[in-house]
Amino acid sequence: MAAATAAAEDTGPAELEELETELLLAAVARRHGYDFRHYAAASLRRRLRRAMQEEGVPTLSALQDRLLHDPGAIRRFVSTLSVHVTGMFRDPDVYLLLRKKVVPLLRTWPFVRVWHAGCSTGEEVYSLAIVLHEEGLLPRCRIYATDLSDELLDVARRGVYPLRALRGYTAAYHQSGGRADFSSYYTADSANAIVREDLRRHIVFSPHNLVSDGSFNEFHLILCRNVMIYFDKGLRDRVIGLLHDSLAMFGVLALGLRETLRFAPCEGCFEVIDEPRRLYRRVR
Amino acid sequence: MALDLVVVGASLGGLAALQALLAGLPDGFAVPIAVAQHRRPDAESRLTALLGRKTSLAVREPDDKEPIEPGTVYVAPADYHLLVEGEGTFALSVDGPVTFARPSIDVLFESAAEAYGQRLAAVLLTASSDDGAAGIAAVAAHGGVTVVEDPETAASPVAGRAAMARTAVAHVLPVGEIGALLGELAKPAAAERRARR
Repeated sequence: MAAATAAAEDTGPAELEELETELLLAAVARRHGYDFRHYAAASLRRRLRRAMQEEGVPTLSALQDRLLHDPGAIRRFVSTLSVHVTGMFRDPDVYLLLRKKVVPLLRTWPFVRVWHAGCSTGEEVYSLAIVLHEEGLLPRCRIYATDLSDELLDVARRGVYPLRALRGYTAAYHQSGGRADFSSYYTADSANAIVREDLRRHIVFSPHNLVSDGSFNEFHLILCRNVMIYFDKGLRDRVIGLLHDSLAMFGVLALGLRETLRFAPCEGCFEVIDEPRRLYRRVR
Repeated sequence: MALDLVVVGASLGGLAALQALLAGLPDGFAVPIAVAQHRRPDAESRLTALLGRKTSLAVREPDDKEPIEPGTVYVAPADYHLLVEGEGTFALSVDGPVTFARPSIDVLFESAAEAYGQRLAAVLLTASSDDGAAGIAAVAAHGGVTVVEDPETAASPVAGRAAMARTAVAHVLPVGEIGALLGELAKPAAAERRARR
Protein backbone atom coordinates (compact mmCIF):
# COMPACT_ATOMS: atom_id res chain seq x y z
CA MET A 1 0.00 0.00 0.00
CA ALA A 2 2.85 2.35 0.80
CA ALA A 3 4.25 1.72 -2.68
CA ALA A 4 0.90 2.49 -4.32
CA THR A 5 0.62 5.73 -2.33
CA ALA A 6 4.13 6.71 -3.32
CA ALA A 7 3.36 6.01 -6.97
CA ALA A 8 0.19 8.09 -6.82
CA GLU A 9 2.15 10.92 -5.23
CA ASP A 10 4.74 10.73 -7.96
CA THR A 11 2.21 12.06 -10.41
CA GLY A 12 0.97 14.83 -8.09
CA PRO A 13 1.24 18.50 -8.99
CA ALA A 14 4.17 19.09 -6.63
CA GLU A 15 6.24 16.33 -8.23
CA LEU A 16 5.35 17.57 -11.69
CA GLU A 17 6.42 21.09 -10.75
CA GLU A 18 9.69 19.69 -9.41
CA LEU A 19 10.33 17.84 -12.66
CA GLU A 20 9.52 20.89 -14.78
CA THR A 21 11.74 23.06 -12.58
CA GLU A 22 14.65 20.67 -12.98
CA LEU A 23 14.29 20.58 -16.77
CA LEU A 24 13.87 24.35 -17.06
CA LEU A 25 16.92 25.13 -14.93
CA ALA A 26 19.02 22.62 -16.87
CA ALA A 27 17.87 24.18 -20.15
CA VAL A 28 18.67 27.72 -18.96
CA ALA A 29 22.10 26.64 -17.73
CA ARG A 30 22.98 24.86 -20.98
CA ARG A 31 21.49 27.39 -23.40
CA HIS A 32 22.31 30.65 -21.63
CA GLY A 33 25.00 29.82 -19.05
CA TYR A 34 23.01 31.05 -16.03
CA ASP A 35 23.00 28.31 -13.41
CA PHE A 36 20.19 28.58 -10.85
CA ARG A 37 20.27 24.90 -9.92
CA HIS A 38 21.73 25.52 -6.49
CA TYR A 39 19.43 28.31 -5.47
CA ALA A 40 17.37 27.83 -2.27
CA ALA A 41 14.19 26.02 -3.24
CA ALA A 42 11.43 27.98 -1.49
CA SER A 43 12.26 31.45 -2.78
CA LEU A 44 13.25 30.08 -6.19
CA ARG A 45 9.81 28.50 -6.49
CA ARG A 46 8.13 31.86 -5.81
CA ARG A 47 10.35 33.62 -8.31
CA LEU A 48 9.70 31.03 -11.01
CA ARG A 49 5.97 31.48 -10.50
CA ARG A 50 6.40 35.23 -10.79
CA ALA A 51 8.37 34.76 -14.02
CA MET A 52 5.47 32.66 -15.37
CA GLN A 53 3.01 35.43 -14.50
CA GLU A 54 5.19 38.11 -16.06
CA GLU A 55 5.53 36.13 -19.26
CA GLY A 56 1.84 35.20 -19.20
CA VAL A 57 2.50 31.47 -19.56
CA PRO A 58 0.55 28.73 -17.74
CA THR A 59 3.32 26.23 -16.98
CA LEU A 60 7.04 26.00 -16.35
CA SER A 61 7.34 23.95 -19.52
CA ALA A 62 5.81 26.83 -21.48
CA LEU A 63 8.24 29.19 -19.76
CA GLN A 64 11.09 26.92 -20.80
CA ASP A 65 9.87 27.05 -24.39
CA ARG A 66 9.81 30.85 -24.23
CA LEU A 67 13.32 30.96 -22.77
CA LEU A 68 14.71 28.75 -25.51
CA HIS A 69 13.04 30.48 -28.44
CA ASP A 70 12.39 34.13 -27.55
CA PRO A 71 15.73 35.96 -27.54
CA GLY A 72 14.49 38.75 -25.23
CA ALA A 73 13.08 36.45 -22.59
CA ILE A 74 16.29 35.42 -20.83
CA ARG A 75 17.15 39.01 -19.87
CA ARG A 76 13.79 39.45 -18.20
CA PHE A 77 14.02 36.02 -16.57
CA VAL A 78 17.44 36.67 -15.04
CA SER A 79 16.21 40.00 -13.70
CA THR A 80 13.16 38.36 -12.09
CA LEU A 81 15.31 35.62 -10.59
CA SER A 82 17.92 37.95 -9.14
CA VAL A 83 16.21 41.18 -8.12
CA HIS A 84 16.15 42.01 -4.46
CA VAL A 85 14.14 44.95 -3.34
CA THR A 86 16.16 47.26 -1.14
CA GLY A 87 16.66 50.93 -0.42
CA MET A 88 19.37 53.45 0.34
CA PHE A 89 20.97 53.02 3.77
CA ARG A 90 19.09 49.79 4.46
CA ASP A 91 20.19 48.95 8.02
CA PRO A 92 21.55 52.43 8.88
CA ASP A 93 23.56 50.98 11.79
CA VAL A 94 25.69 49.08 9.31
CA TYR A 95 26.65 52.27 7.48
CA LEU A 96 27.35 53.98 10.80
CA LEU A 97 29.74 51.19 11.66
CA LEU A 98 31.34 51.30 8.20
CA ARG A 99 32.00 54.99 8.86
CA LYS A 100 33.34 54.55 12.37
CA LYS A 101 35.20 51.26 12.25
CA VAL A 102 35.83 50.27 8.65
CA VAL A 103 36.79 53.60 7.06
CA PRO A 104 39.75 53.98 9.47
CA LEU A 105 40.98 50.54 8.34
CA LEU A 106 40.56 51.45 4.70
CA ARG A 107 42.60 54.64 5.18
CA THR A 108 45.68 52.48 5.76
CA TRP A 109 45.75 51.55 2.07
CA PRO A 110 46.91 54.11 -0.52
CA PHE A 111 44.24 53.03 -2.97
CA VAL A 112 41.05 51.25 -1.97
CA ARG A 113 39.17 48.72 -4.07
CA VAL A 114 35.59 47.91 -3.03
CA TRP A 115 33.46 45.11 -4.44
CA HIS A 116 29.73 45.31 -4.02
CA ALA A 117 28.60 41.84 -5.12
CA GLY A 118 24.94 41.49 -6.03
CA CYS A 119 24.19 45.22 -6.23
CA SER A 120 20.69 44.76 -7.69
CA THR A 121 19.25 48.20 -8.58
CA GLY A 122 22.12 50.10 -6.97
CA GLU A 123 20.61 51.90 -3.96
CA GLU A 124 23.06 50.40 -1.48
CA VAL A 125 26.06 51.11 -3.74
CA TYR A 126 25.25 54.81 -3.84
CA SER A 127 24.73 54.77 -0.07
CA LEU A 128 28.26 53.47 0.36
CA ALA A 129 29.62 56.02 -2.12
CA ILE A 130 28.02 58.80 -0.05
CA VAL A 131 29.66 57.48 3.13
CA LEU A 132 33.07 57.26 1.47
CA HIS A 133 32.62 60.75 -0.01
CA GLU A 134 31.74 62.26 3.37
CA GLU A 135 34.74 60.57 4.95
CA GLY A 136 36.98 62.04 2.25
CA LEU A 137 37.97 58.62 0.97
CA LEU A 138 36.06 58.43 -2.29
CA PRO A 139 38.73 60.12 -4.49
CA ARG A 140 41.09 57.21 -3.82
CA CYS A 141 38.42 54.52 -4.03
CA ARG A 142 37.08 52.50 -6.86
CA ILE A 143 33.83 50.65 -6.28
CA TYR A 144 33.17 47.63 -8.47
CA ALA A 145 29.44 46.96 -8.37
CA THR A 146 28.39 43.70 -9.94
CA ASP A 147 25.22 41.78 -10.51
CA LEU A 148 24.10 38.78 -12.47
CA SER A 149 21.40 40.69 -14.31
CA ASP A 150 22.14 43.13 -17.14
CA GLU A 151 18.69 44.60 -16.75
CA LEU A 152 19.20 45.41 -13.06
CA LEU A 153 22.69 46.75 -13.79
CA ASP A 154 21.19 49.17 -16.30
CA VAL A 155 18.91 50.54 -13.59
CA ALA A 156 21.81 50.78 -11.15
CA ARG A 157 24.12 52.45 -13.66
CA ARG A 158 21.52 55.06 -14.59
CA GLY A 159 21.17 56.09 -10.95
CA VAL A 160 17.68 57.43 -11.51
CA TYR A 161 15.08 56.73 -8.83
CA PRO A 162 11.58 57.98 -8.09
CA LEU A 163 11.90 61.22 -6.13
CA ARG A 164 9.43 60.02 -3.51
CA ALA A 165 11.51 56.93 -2.82
CA LEU A 166 14.70 58.97 -2.46
CA ARG A 167 13.08 61.42 -0.05
CA GLY A 168 11.98 58.42 1.98
CA TYR A 169 15.63 57.51 2.60
CA THR A 170 16.45 60.82 4.31
CA ALA A 171 15.82 59.52 7.84
CA ALA A 172 17.92 56.40 7.25
CA TYR A 173 20.72 58.60 5.85
CA HIS A 174 20.82 60.65 9.04
CA GLN A 175 20.67 57.52 11.23
CA SER A 176 23.69 56.25 9.33
CA GLY A 177 25.68 59.23 10.57
CA GLY A 178 25.09 61.49 7.57
CA ARG A 179 25.29 65.13 8.48
CA ALA A 180 24.76 66.85 5.13
CA ASP A 181 21.51 67.80 3.41
CA PHE A 182 20.58 64.47 1.81
CA SER A 183 18.86 66.18 -1.11
CA SER A 184 22.24 67.65 -2.12
CA TYR A 185 23.20 64.19 -3.41
CA TYR A 186 20.65 64.13 -6.20
CA THR A 187 19.17 66.36 -8.83
CA ALA A 188 15.41 66.11 -9.16
CA ASP A 189 12.73 66.97 -11.64
CA SER A 190 9.07 66.58 -10.69
CA ALA A 191 8.98 62.78 -10.52
CA ASN A 192 12.52 61.42 -10.63
CA ALA A 193 15.95 62.20 -9.33
CA ILE A 194 19.43 61.28 -10.53
CA VAL A 195 22.34 60.59 -8.23
CA ARG A 196 25.10 63.22 -8.43
CA GLU A 197 27.67 62.57 -11.13
CA ASP A 198 30.75 62.91 -8.89
CA LEU A 199 29.46 59.97 -6.83
CA ARG A 200 28.76 57.83 -9.87
CA ARG A 201 32.20 58.54 -11.36
CA HIS A 202 33.94 56.26 -8.85
CA ILE A 203 31.67 53.27 -9.46
CA VAL A 204 32.18 50.67 -12.19
CA PHE A 205 29.09 48.58 -12.88
CA SER A 206 29.64 45.25 -14.57
CA PRO A 207 28.08 41.81 -14.87
CA HIS A 208 29.45 39.07 -12.65
CA ASN A 209 27.94 35.72 -11.75
CA LEU A 210 28.92 34.47 -8.29
CA VAL A 211 27.90 30.95 -9.32
CA SER A 212 30.14 30.60 -12.35
CA ASP A 213 32.65 33.48 -12.44
CA GLY A 214 35.82 33.56 -10.40
CA SER A 215 37.61 36.24 -8.49
CA PHE A 216 38.60 39.26 -10.62
CA ASN A 217 40.70 41.42 -8.33
CA GLU A 218 41.90 41.82 -4.77
CA PHE A 219 39.63 43.98 -2.65
CA HIS A 220 39.89 45.82 0.65
CA LEU A 221 36.15 45.83 1.29
CA ILE A 222 33.53 43.43 -0.05
CA LEU A 223 29.81 43.89 0.51
CA CYS A 224 27.65 40.90 -0.32
CA ARG A 225 24.43 41.60 1.51
CA ASN A 226 21.32 39.47 1.20
CA VAL A 227 22.63 37.68 -1.87
CA MET A 228 23.63 34.31 -0.45
CA ILE A 229 20.24 33.94 1.28
CA TYR A 230 19.04 32.86 -2.17
CA PHE A 231 21.62 30.08 -2.45
CA ASP A 232 21.50 26.58 -1.00
CA LYS A 233 24.04 25.75 1.67
CA GLY A 234 26.58 24.15 -0.65
CA LEU A 235 26.60 27.10 -3.03
CA ARG A 236 26.66 29.57 -0.14
CA ASP A 237 29.76 27.88 1.27
CA ARG A 238 31.47 27.94 -2.12
CA VAL A 239 30.72 31.64 -2.63
CA ILE A 240 32.05 32.50 0.83
CA GLY A 241 35.25 30.82 -0.34
CA LEU A 242 35.26 33.00 -3.45
CA LEU A 243 34.78 36.16 -1.39
CA HIS A 244 37.56 35.10 0.96
CA ASP A 245 39.92 34.55 -1.97
CA SER A 246 39.01 37.99 -3.32
CA LEU A 247 39.85 39.83 -0.10
CA ALA A 248 43.22 41.34 0.69
CA MET A 249 44.66 40.25 4.02
CA PHE A 250 42.81 42.31 6.69
CA GLY A 251 40.18 43.23 4.12
CA VAL A 252 36.60 43.58 5.39
CA LEU A 253 33.52 41.53 4.50
CA ALA A 254 29.99 42.86 5.09
CA LEU A 255 27.06 40.43 4.96
CA GLY A 256 23.31 40.93 5.40
CA LEU A 257 22.08 41.23 8.99
CA ARG A 258 20.64 37.71 8.98
CA GLU A 259 23.60 36.00 7.32
CA THR A 260 26.46 34.63 9.33
CA LEU A 261 29.87 33.08 8.91
CA ARG A 262 29.16 30.82 11.88
CA PHE A 263 29.37 27.19 10.70
CA ALA A 264 30.76 28.23 7.29
CA PRO A 265 33.92 26.42 6.20
CA CYS A 266 36.05 29.61 6.17
CA GLU A 267 34.87 30.71 9.58
CA GLY A 268 38.38 30.48 11.01
CA CYS A 269 39.79 32.73 8.29
CA PHE A 270 37.81 35.70 9.57
CA GLU A 271 37.81 37.78 12.70
CA VAL A 272 34.56 39.35 13.89
CA ILE A 273 34.49 43.15 13.76
CA ASP A 274 30.85 43.30 14.80
CA GLU A 275 28.66 40.18 14.94
CA PRO A 276 25.22 41.87 15.16
CA ARG A 277 26.06 44.00 12.09
CA ARG A 278 27.77 41.04 10.40
CA LEU A 279 31.09 42.72 9.69
CA TYR A 280 34.14 40.49 9.42
CA ARG A 281 37.81 40.91 8.64
CA ARG A 282 40.04 38.43 6.83
CA VAL A 283 42.89 37.32 9.08
CA ARG A 284 44.23 34.30 7.20
CA MET B 1 -0.31 12.49 11.56
CA ALA B 2 2.45 14.11 13.58
CA LEU B 3 2.50 17.87 14.02
CA ASP B 4 6.01 19.12 13.30
CA LEU B 5 5.56 22.85 12.74
CA VAL B 6 3.09 25.62 13.60
CA VAL B 7 3.01 28.81 11.52
CA VAL B 8 1.25 31.92 12.79
CA GLY B 9 0.32 35.13 10.98
CA ALA B 10 -0.80 38.45 12.42
CA SER B 11 -0.70 42.08 11.35
CA LEU B 12 0.11 45.32 13.07
CA GLY B 13 -1.74 45.28 16.39
CA GLY B 14 -1.48 41.51 16.57
CA LEU B 15 0.97 41.63 19.45
CA ALA B 16 -1.72 41.10 22.10
CA ALA B 17 -3.17 38.18 20.14
CA LEU B 18 0.26 36.58 19.77
CA GLN B 19 0.89 36.98 23.49
CA ALA B 20 -2.50 35.41 24.28
CA LEU B 21 -1.77 32.52 21.93
CA LEU B 22 1.60 31.77 23.52
CA ALA B 23 0.20 32.14 27.03
CA GLY B 24 -2.49 29.58 26.18
CA LEU B 25 -0.10 26.82 25.10
CA PRO B 26 0.04 23.87 27.48
CA ASP B 27 3.22 23.32 29.51
CA GLY B 28 5.78 21.28 27.66
CA PHE B 29 4.51 22.25 24.19
CA ALA B 30 7.60 21.75 22.05
CA VAL B 31 6.50 21.94 18.41
CA PRO B 32 8.45 24.79 16.77
CA ILE B 33 6.41 27.89 15.96
CA ALA B 34 7.19 30.36 13.15
CA VAL B 35 5.52 33.77 13.26
CA ALA B 36 5.02 36.32 10.48
CA GLN B 37 3.86 39.51 12.15
CA HIS B 38 3.51 42.64 10.02
CA ARG B 39 5.88 45.26 11.37
CA ARG B 40 7.59 48.43 10.29
CA PRO B 41 10.70 47.83 8.15
CA ASP B 42 12.98 49.51 10.70
CA ALA B 43 11.37 47.83 13.71
CA GLU B 44 13.81 47.14 16.51
CA SER B 45 13.77 43.57 17.74
CA ARG B 46 11.64 44.41 20.79
CA LEU B 47 8.97 42.10 19.41
CA THR B 48 10.92 39.02 20.49
CA ALA B 49 11.35 40.42 24.01
CA LEU B 50 7.66 41.27 24.29
CA LEU B 51 6.66 37.76 23.22
CA GLY B 52 9.28 36.14 25.42
CA ARG B 53 7.55 37.53 28.52
CA LYS B 54 4.50 35.38 27.84
CA THR B 55 6.14 32.03 27.31
CA SER B 56 8.87 29.82 28.64
CA LEU B 57 9.78 28.87 25.06
CA ALA B 58 12.85 30.44 23.48
CA VAL B 59 11.87 33.34 21.19
CA ARG B 60 14.18 34.62 18.50
CA GLU B 61 14.57 35.94 14.97
CA PRO B 62 16.21 33.23 12.87
CA ASP B 63 19.27 33.68 10.73
CA ASP B 64 19.19 32.50 7.14
CA LYS B 65 19.54 28.69 6.84
CA GLU B 66 18.99 28.20 10.57
CA PRO B 67 17.72 24.69 11.41
CA ILE B 68 14.20 24.57 12.89
CA GLU B 69 14.48 23.36 16.49
CA PRO B 70 11.74 22.23 18.88
CA GLY B 71 10.77 24.38 21.83
CA THR B 72 11.40 27.59 19.94
CA VAL B 73 9.29 30.46 18.63
CA TYR B 74 10.83 32.02 15.53
CA VAL B 75 9.79 35.55 14.53
CA ALA B 76 10.25 36.80 10.97
CA PRO B 77 12.85 39.62 11.04
CA ALA B 78 11.65 43.09 10.07
CA ASP B 79 11.86 43.75 6.32
CA TYR B 80 12.52 40.12 5.36
CA HIS B 81 10.23 37.36 4.18
CA LEU B 82 10.56 34.21 6.26
CA LEU B 83 10.32 30.94 4.31
CA VAL B 84 10.53 27.29 5.25
CA GLU B 85 12.84 25.05 3.24
CA GLY B 86 12.18 21.36 2.68
CA GLU B 87 14.95 20.01 4.88
CA GLY B 88 13.70 21.66 8.06
CA THR B 89 15.56 24.94 7.85
CA PHE B 90 14.49 28.54 7.47
CA ALA B 91 15.33 30.75 4.52
CA LEU B 92 14.99 34.51 4.25
CA SER B 93 14.34 36.68 1.24
CA VAL B 94 14.26 40.37 0.36
CA ASP B 95 11.98 39.92 -2.63
CA GLY B 96 9.41 42.68 -2.93
CA PRO B 97 6.43 42.92 -0.58
CA VAL B 98 3.64 40.37 -1.13
CA THR B 99 0.13 41.72 -0.55
CA PHE B 100 1.93 44.90 0.55
CA ALA B 101 3.80 43.15 3.34
CA ARG B 102 7.34 42.04 4.10
CA PRO B 103 7.32 39.80 6.05
CA SER B 104 4.24 38.41 4.33
CA ILE B 105 2.01 35.83 6.01
CA ASP B 106 1.24 34.20 2.64
CA VAL B 107 4.94 33.67 1.90
CA LEU B 108 5.52 31.92 5.23
CA PHE B 109 2.35 29.82 5.05
CA GLU B 110 2.77 28.76 1.41
CA SER B 111 6.40 27.73 1.79
CA ALA B 112 5.62 25.86 5.03
CA ALA B 113 2.68 24.09 3.37
CA GLU B 114 4.93 22.90 0.56
CA ALA B 115 7.66 21.76 2.93
CA TYR B 116 5.57 20.18 5.73
CA GLY B 117 2.24 19.20 4.11
CA GLN B 118 0.06 17.37 6.63
CA ARG B 119 2.57 17.86 9.45
CA LEU B 120 1.72 21.57 9.62
CA ALA B 121 -0.82 23.69 11.49
CA ALA B 122 -1.38 27.30 10.38
CA VAL B 123 -2.97 29.91 12.63
CA LEU B 124 -4.22 33.20 11.20
CA LEU B 125 -4.73 35.73 13.98
CA THR B 126 -6.13 39.24 13.75
CA ALA B 127 -4.97 40.93 10.56
CA SER B 128 -6.32 43.86 8.65
CA SER B 129 -5.52 42.90 5.06
CA ASP B 130 -5.97 39.90 2.77
CA ASP B 131 -2.46 38.69 3.56
CA GLY B 132 -2.81 35.19 4.97
CA ALA B 133 -5.94 34.15 3.07
CA ALA B 134 -4.00 32.60 0.18
CA GLY B 135 -1.63 31.05 2.71
CA ILE B 136 -4.47 29.34 4.59
CA ALA B 137 -5.78 28.01 1.27
CA ALA B 138 -2.35 26.56 0.46
CA VAL B 139 -2.07 24.90 3.89
CA ALA B 140 -5.50 23.30 3.43
CA ALA B 141 -4.62 22.14 -0.10
CA HIS B 142 -1.51 20.40 1.25
CA GLY B 143 -3.48 18.64 3.97
CA GLY B 144 -2.38 20.81 6.91
CA VAL B 145 -4.57 21.95 9.80
CA THR B 146 -6.10 25.42 9.39
CA VAL B 147 -7.01 27.63 12.33
CA VAL B 148 -8.45 31.14 12.18
CA GLU B 149 -9.04 33.49 15.10
CA ASP B 150 -12.78 34.04 15.32
CA PRO B 151 -13.51 37.27 13.36
CA GLU B 152 -16.28 38.05 15.87
CA THR B 153 -13.76 38.50 18.66
CA ALA B 154 -10.57 39.39 16.72
CA ALA B 155 -9.25 42.96 16.83
CA SER B 156 -9.63 43.02 13.05
CA PRO B 157 -11.87 40.52 11.23
CA VAL B 158 -10.57 41.25 7.71
CA ALA B 159 -8.00 38.48 7.22
CA GLY B 160 -10.08 35.84 9.02
CA ARG B 161 -13.12 36.59 6.89
CA ALA B 162 -11.05 36.61 3.71
CA ALA B 163 -9.56 33.22 4.61
CA MET B 164 -12.97 31.74 5.49
CA ALA B 165 -14.49 33.03 2.26
CA ARG B 166 -11.84 31.14 0.37
CA THR B 167 -11.27 27.97 2.37
CA ALA B 168 -13.34 25.67 4.58
CA VAL B 169 -11.25 26.49 7.66
CA ALA B 170 -11.07 23.57 10.09
CA HIS B 171 -11.06 25.53 13.37
CA VAL B 172 -12.49 29.00 14.07
CA LEU B 173 -11.77 29.90 17.69
CA PRO B 174 -11.26 32.81 20.07
CA VAL B 175 -7.52 33.36 20.51
CA GLY B 176 -7.62 32.16 24.13
CA GLU B 177 -8.61 28.65 23.00
CA ILE B 178 -6.13 28.18 20.18
CA GLY B 179 -3.23 27.21 22.46
CA ALA B 180 -5.19 24.30 23.91
CA LEU B 181 -6.13 23.11 20.41
CA LEU B 182 -2.48 23.15 19.35
CA GLY B 183 -1.66 21.16 22.47
CA GLU B 184 -4.20 18.52 21.44
CA LEU B 185 -2.91 18.45 17.86
CA ALA B 186 0.62 17.94 19.14
CA LYS B 187 -0.32 14.92 21.24
CA PRO B 188 -0.34 12.16 18.58
CA ALA B 189 3.12 13.29 17.55
CA ALA B 190 4.32 13.08 21.13
CA ALA B 191 2.80 9.59 21.43
CA GLU B 192 4.41 8.49 18.19
CA ARG B 193 7.82 9.72 19.32
CA ARG B 194 7.44 7.86 22.61
CA ALA B 195 6.51 4.67 20.73
CA ARG B 196 9.59 4.94 18.52
CA ARG B 197 11.99 5.07 21.45
